[in-house]
Amino acid sequence: MTVFQKIGKYVGIFLKYFSLVFFSFVAVLPVVSCVITAFKTDTEYQQTNVMVLPESWLNFDNFVQAFQKANMSKAFINSTIILICVLLISTFVGTQLAYVLNRFKFPGNGLIRNLFLFASLLPGVAMQVAVYEIMYNLGFINSLIGYIIMMCGTDVISIYIYIQFFENIPTSLDESGIVDGASYFTIFYKILLPLVKPAIVTSCILKGVGTYNEYYSANLYLQDKKLYPTVATSLYTFVGPLGSKYNLICAGVIISLLPALIVFITCQKQIYSGLTSGAVKG
Amino acid sequence: MAMIQAARPKRKRTFMEWARSRDGQKVFVMLAFMIVPLLLLFVFTYLPFAEMFGFSFYNMKYVGARKFVGLKNYMKVFQRDDCFGALKLSLYYMVGSVVQLVLALYLATVLSFKVKGGGIFKGFMFFPYLINGIAIGFIFKFFYTRGFVLDTVLQWCGFNLENLPYWLKDQSINNISLVGTSVWRYFGQNMVLFIGAIMSVDSELYEAAMLDGANKLQQFKYIILPSIKTIITLNVIMSITGSLSAFEPPYVITSGANGTGTYFVVMHEIAHTQQKVGLASAMAVVLLMIIFVVTILQKLFFKYVFKSAEDEDKNAAAKREKKLARLAARKAGK
Repeated sequence: MTVFQKIGKYVGIFLKYFSLVFFSFVAVLPVVSCVITAFKTDTEYQQTNVMVLPESWLNFDNFVQAFQKANMSKAFINSTIILICVLLISTFVGTQLAYVLNRFKFPGNGLIRNLFLFASLLPGVAMQVAVYEIMYNLGFINSLIGYIIMMCGTDVISIYIYIQFFENIPTSLDESGIVDGASYFTIFYKILLPLVKPAIVTSCILKGVGTYNEYYSANLYLQDKKLYPTVATSLYTFVGPLGSKYNLICAGVIISLLPALIVFITCQKQIYSGLTSGAVKG
Repeated sequence: MAMIQAARPKRKRTFMEWARSRDGQKVFVMLAFMIVPLLLLFVFTYLPFAEMFGFSFYNMKYVGARKFVGLKNYMKVFQRDDCFGALKLSLYYMVGSVVQLVLALYLATVLSFKVKGGGIFKGFMFFPYLINGIAIGFIFKFFYTRGFVLDTVLQWCGFNLENLPYWLKDQSINNISLVGTSVWRYFGQNMVLFIGAIMSVDSELYEAAMLDGANKLQQFKYIILPSIKTIITLNVIMSITGSLSAFEPPYVITSGANGTGTYFVVMHEIAHTQQKVGLASAMAVVLLMIIFVVTILQKLFFKYVFKSAEDEDKNAAAKREKKLARLAARKAGK
């Protein structure tokens, strides 16, 4: 190796790590600055620069206040109810649909797949103009049940994850079930469903994060913020008179993203693989 | 016995018998399993889709009388400055998404090879994707406020506060600031997708390339790029349609003030604040049309581009094999 090549190699390594560190810094800076501010008292917040570290990392007053002011206990209860119902329903609905689409040949199979695919192309915000009208006529505005039903709607990515998974399960399993005289329901619930568990975990994590973070529909359909706050919409409390108390707001923001952070740290692998498998097919 | 049975004409089965048979069960299961998802799909996607078309010809609110106005709403969409003109802003978002894709591709390539602490870097850069939109709104309002986070960091780098613009108020820069938040939120997710695609490349290809003495850049150009082109195409298409329908950053950070109102922010305002449902529906329909046309054009374009690229690939692969064969022959000769 010549000297130049050696220098080139080290410059390459330096650039590689420099860019990684730089962009990681860019990615975490906004969140970290929020964490710093969330631990500051009112006077500290007013008198020091935002990037100066707080005096005490044990000052949880802002978190307590934000939690109470934004009615977050109720919000967490609502979000949990919504999350559990949506995940349960959409798992059942999604796996069943994927089972039928993958295992049965019938006219219209391709059409149904395409209908779901096409639906994913429509930008959600554009559709809400008319969806709102339908929700209104169904009496689903300010109704937790109505909101849950709407959230269970089209979810192409998880359906495609399931279909892909079913493709890899040999049909000989079904056939042996049929020979033993099992009904299709039994075959699905007793034989196949346990085998798609990994796919269910993956798509539940993705769907769960999406549902937990959904604020546009929640804001539109659960308008009564006193009765039906979700974690995402409860942050709206800080729009208005509290709008400049950033130490409080930051605390609220941090509380709201803690669950996502915990899920992320514990289920990193599933999140990555779920995203990838969903995208390649979708 | 068998002869007699075969000769007897087939008896028609009663409905109950049919229902108990395999065929009957099959139909039964299919109906039971598909009715709910199809109903949901119909009620929350295709019914509103059809209704929206209908609404766009009326002058109406959500409640109350409706008046048929023909194509007037569509004319308004093109005449009002706040409607169609807002599409100009999507250019910012398009440029942003190009930056985002290139950045994601670069970082994904770097992270696909052995890197110390790769998982941590990946985690840091991906996490913004998991933060909810409204929290992002607050985080960046705070981030961009005069004298706050961004200004402080820039001052560390030697900038003077007086020379820095008001990131969210100054009309020459506020759209760029907003696009920045969108890039910040999604580049990690793009990167993870690309890493997944790169990882699925057969590692023997890299070894073959090393034997050929290909450097990193050549490896990227001839191995990585061709094998992940599907996912890149997909992302390019999604990011262009996504730019046309940009909504979240201005909606949560500036509420569309100071010239940051994108098409959908304006539409949302018209639909839900001014309650001009007909006009908003017309806006939605117009944009959907544009999105379809753009998608089809892109599909055709990429089909054409990649078709020629694939031919090239084949040639390259053939050359590579020849080279390998020659190398093996030489080794065997020694």
